[in-house]
Amino acid sequence: MEQLLNDFSPGLFVMQTVLLLGLIFLLVKFAWKPILNSLEDREKGIQDALDAAESAKKEMQNITADSENLLKEARAERETMLKEARELKEQMLADAREEAQKEGDKIIEKAKATIDSEKKAAVADIKSQVANLSLEIAEKVLKEELSDKSKQLKLVEDMLGNVKLN
Amino acid sequence: MKFSHRSHLVFTTFFAVLFSATLWASDEEKHEGAVNKPEHVAAYIQHHIKDAHDFHLYSYTDTHGERKHVGFPLPVIVWSSKGLATFMSSKFHHDDDGKVIVEAGGTRFVKLHSKIYELEAGADTVAFDETHHATNAHKVLDFSITKSVFGILLVGLLMFFWFSRLARQYKSRKVPKGFGRVLEPLVLYVRDEIAKPNIGEKRYREFTGYLLTVFFFIWILNLLGLTPLGFNVTGQLAVTAALAIFTLIIYTFKGNKGYWGHMLWMPGVPVLIRPVLAIIEVAGAFLIKPFSLLVRLFANISAGHIVVMSLIAIMVTMKAEIGAVGATALSFILSFFITLIEVLVAFLQAYIFTMLSALFIGMAVEEHDHH
Repeated sequence: MEQLLNDFSPGLFVMQTVLLLGLIFLLVKFAWKPILNSLEDREKGIQDALDAAESAKKEMQNITADSENLLKEARAERETMLKEARELKEQMLADAREEAQKEGDKIIEKAKATIDSEKKAAVADIKSQVANLSLEIAEKVLKEELSDKSKQLKLVEDMLGNVKLN
Repeated sequence: MKFSHRSHLVFTTFFAVLFSATLWASDEEKHEGAVNKPEHVAAYIQHHIKDAHDFHLYSYTDTHGERKHVGFPLPVIVWSSKGLATFMSSKFHHDDDGKVIVEAGGTRFVKLHSKIYELEAGADTVAFDETHHATNAHKVLDFSITKSVFGILLVGLLMFFWFSRLARQYKSRKVPKGFGRVLEPLVLYVRDEIAKPNIGEKRYREFTGYLLTVFFFIWILNLLGLTPLGFNVTGQLAVTAALAIFTLIIYTFKGNKGYWGHMLWMPGVPVLIRPVLAIIEVAGAFLIKPFSLLVRLFANISAGHIVVMSLIAIMVTMKAEIGAVGATALSFILSFFITLIEVLVAFLQAYIFTMLSALFIGMAVEEHDHH
């Protein structure tokens, strides 16, 4: 203990105190303060960046979900549109078929009517021709009869043989 | 590149000074200071762990059988009865036994066991009593740039150079490069592992500067002590006492109401016990805490130096028993491993001193709102 006290140098104690005080002052001013401030700024920057990345990730997830919903909706809309179109097509086809059927029926009806009227006209024509022929025959027969009895008869026979009734 | 050039210049200058000092060598003593016999070892170690007035690097005996000392002298600055006196330590010519008398500032000085004594008026030689104490000389206030002060200045400059450079780096870049990249994690370590947990998030900032300074100061000086330069700064009582008193002053003046309340009038215990506790607490705060800080650091570092040097000395002390080769090998192996442990101790003691300082400060500024 005595030796320890003997070794204790008050001068060194004073020098150490003064130098350490100076060192603390200089280092705090020129080193520790700027260093700690920069470190804190940097840590804050890193934290902010991480937070921003996290929120960006969440936003991204939201956007993805939104677009997926949109896609789903669009798909559903397409489906309904296709379905509607198909139905419309069927409808149109059915309508057209019906229309065509009706039109055809009408045409056939008309044709039938025309045929009927043509037939009637033809029959009437034939009738009038037969009447004319009969009249001509009657005329010729009458003429022959006036000249020769036998000839008249023959003529009637020939005429009747030539005439073809259809 | 600019910086590496500059630091290169600094170190070149430093070593140029060291080697030019080689010229300063004494030839007066013969074989004095040579440690070749076991009797010399204890005195040599005792001498080494003390502060010194010159920077001694090594000694050798030249071909003419003359003892040469290599190193450089340091300025002696003392406050004597006649006022301030300054001279270079080379004037003592390596004398440590009070034989060489130096006249300066109108009075006479001798150096005795690494201390400067002023001779009383009229005395021509130092007279000793039977316990080898000087009877006609007294100690003076010694503000010399001793080896320890030189070490403190060196470490101070080194720290200022390193850390102000690191601080400047942050102006241009977020992540430091080069040596700053080594220093940054250490700064973060002190801040996050020592200051924050012991003082608390709220107030750690105002004390971190002190803790960082003390941590690096002690650690670098501890490590310097392990180099062959032979510094023993943190093994000087005066140095560790100053450090401990800094911590004492900080936690005494920064202590809040709760701290003083708990110290002087402990709440939650019977009133009669309170004065007794107050005595114990006051003794704890003003004596035990700083004393434990200063003695722990001083004793650990001094003991480390003594153990390393004793193990190195095995090559002298055991030469007779196991031969020169065996003693040298044994001493090399043992001192190698103990030096590795000392590297750990160097860090550990810096850590413990800083951690306890932070803890004491933390106790003084802690919020006592739970009563």
